[in-house]
Amino acid sequence: MDETRVDQAVVDEAGVITVDNLWRRYGGSGAGGFDAVRGAGFSVRRGELFALLGTNGAGKTSTLEVLEGLASPTRGRVRVLGHDPRRARRLVRPRIGIMLQGGGFPSGLTVAETLRTWAGTLSSPRPVTEALDLVGLRGRAGVYLRQLSGGELRRLDLAAAILGRPEVLFLDEPTTGLDPESRRATWRLVRGLLESGTTVLLTTHYLEEAETLADRLAIMHRGRIVRSGTPAEVAASQPSRISFALPADLREPVPDLPGTLAGAARPAANGGTVLATSDLQQTLSALLEWANRRGVRLHHLNARSASLEEAFLAVAEEADRSGGGVSSDGVSDDTVSGDAAMGVAA
Amino acid sequence: MTTDGVGRGPASNRGASVSPRPGTRGAVADGVRRIVALGRAEALLLRRNAVALLVALTTPAATMFMITSSSESGAVEGFDAAASAVTGLAAIALLAAVYYNLVTALVARREELVLKRLRAGEASDSEIVIGTALPAVAVAWAQIVLGSVAAYALFGTAAPVNVLPALAAVVLGTAVFVLLAALSTVVTRSVEMAQVTTMPVLIVPLALCGLFFPLDDLPGPLEQVARMLPLTPVVDLMRLGLTGTTTDGRTVELAGSFGEAAGPVLVLVAWVALGGWAARRWFQWEPRR
Repeated sequence: MDETRVDQAVVDEAGVITVDNLWRRYGGSGAGGFDAVRGAGFSVRRGELFALLGTNGAGKTSTLEVLEGLASPTRGRVRVLGHDPRRARRLVRPRIGIMLQGGGFPSGLTVAETLRTWAGTLSSPRPVTEALDLVGLRGRAGVYLRQLSGGELRRLDLAAAILGRPEVLFLDEPTTGLDPESRRATWRLVRGLLESGTTVLLTTHYLEEAETLADRLAIMHRGRIVRSGTPAEVAASQPSRISFALPADLREPVPDLPGTLAGAARPAANGGTVLATSDLQQTLSALLEWANRRGVRLHHLNARSASLEEAFLAVAEEADRSGGGVSSDGVSDDTVSGDAAMGVAA
Repeated sequence: MTTDGVGRGPASNRGASVSPRPGTRGAVADGVRRIVALGRAEALLLRRNAVALLVALTTPAATMFMITSSSESGAVEGFDAAASAVTGLAAIALLAAVYYNLVTALVARREELVLKRLRAGEASDSEIVIGTALPAVAVAWAQIVLGSVAAYALFGTAAPVNVLPALAAVVLGTAVFVLLAALSTVVTRSVEMAQVTTMPVLIVPLALCGLFFPLDDLPGPLEQVARMLPLTPVVDLMRLGLTGTTTDGRTVELAGSFGEAAGPVLVLVAWVALGGWAARRWFQWEPRR
């Protein structure tokens, strides 16, 4: 197995990370086994940030572990920088940085001791103080890990992941447990890394994080990739919405408008109407034209494109409808109720 | 948090180059550097763990005191107090300082997800285990060296016949008990449980190593089994090296000691091979969920 020379141009063409029909099974081939990843495929280009979204148990971390070389695929093929990340671990590891979901540093060491130890295992580490500055932990250098807050531990994880100046950075829920200010500081740091040419693969529960940082993203659900593209493209897979309230004395209903989706006009809870449309401009123009012609005043008029959040929820909902029996987690619960407040709940 | 300096990483200009493959010598040096880095952290943790430090430091010293102060030992004709003390010390140091210490350290690191984290870095699997074992081994070897110097200075008996078998006993014995420690972690769910799960390895090889009674006293088949246990060849090699006493009770000079060492060395090498294979096969890097 001599994979030392992989043409860089070939890697850049195919993607710095490529995942091809990846399957990962836990617990053997019997009935007790469970396929955590079921035929996932995507690729990440050099210098971009690719976000992997999904509900809990969607298979994000299982996918990441294969890419990090921590686990073998049951089926399929993955390449990182042109190499098999598990077999060519010694070639790949010096060029990647890994931020696991948490834990993994002895609680009896200080922040500085931890990073010094980690730096001692790396090929070309940054100075420890530089890494501490980058994550804002310089003032905590002499503190034992058992005395750090969850957010500070998360930032220490990040410092360790970027300590080796990686070309490719894997971030598994990097901002979970951070306060909003630290989260934004982490985003700034990640943007800086992207500007310097680092390629980033990130998983997150925060849709805002993906929307802000990601060049492209994929939504995973039950081991499969069900949507992928730029944040705007993925959001656009969902209909846009126009909501308004008609005057109480208006006798006639809203006519059929071009672009609206079948059964889209629904009375909302507050007596208003919500239209779902695949062509916001066309439908909105027609609506306004009708209102002008009739002299109808549209109260609380609101028109907007779908958000990433709606696309994300639609994925979970689709699966539930198709008898998925997916355990709903915090993310979907929250946003489903948010939807209901907007008056579009079925 | 600042973003200053992020761009100074080589990621931006390293994109076009293929990372160099270190030569063999460079690879070994890198491996040693990683092991030392991990060992240093482990030494800090050992220093801060009062109980582990106490067990590692006092058990061998207490053993030496017990062996040399035993009134019965002194009555035996031809008893070499220094050799007996050093042999006992080596056996106990391998069990207490290396084996027991390392089981608790490896389990603690595994449960804290440290091993999983280290596996996500550049260090290889064996470097991680060796690095973690480094302080425990250093403590054990230092005790054996210091204890030997003290014993020979105090009792002033005859100089060792051949130090090579004794060195082989310590080095190979260390490898065996590091591997046995790695294997014991497979059945040890928590640090507390280590007190129970280490008992078989602590008691059986020690009881049947020939330190407390001659193995000739055992019935034939049991004696054969006892000679195959991991601590027996260590004791045999120590005695051979220090006093020239063979396993069947004869006394040899320097020239004859090499041939006599072959048997016990072979047993230890077999344990290393078997232990290495088993550890690779069964060692758990993460807590069981």
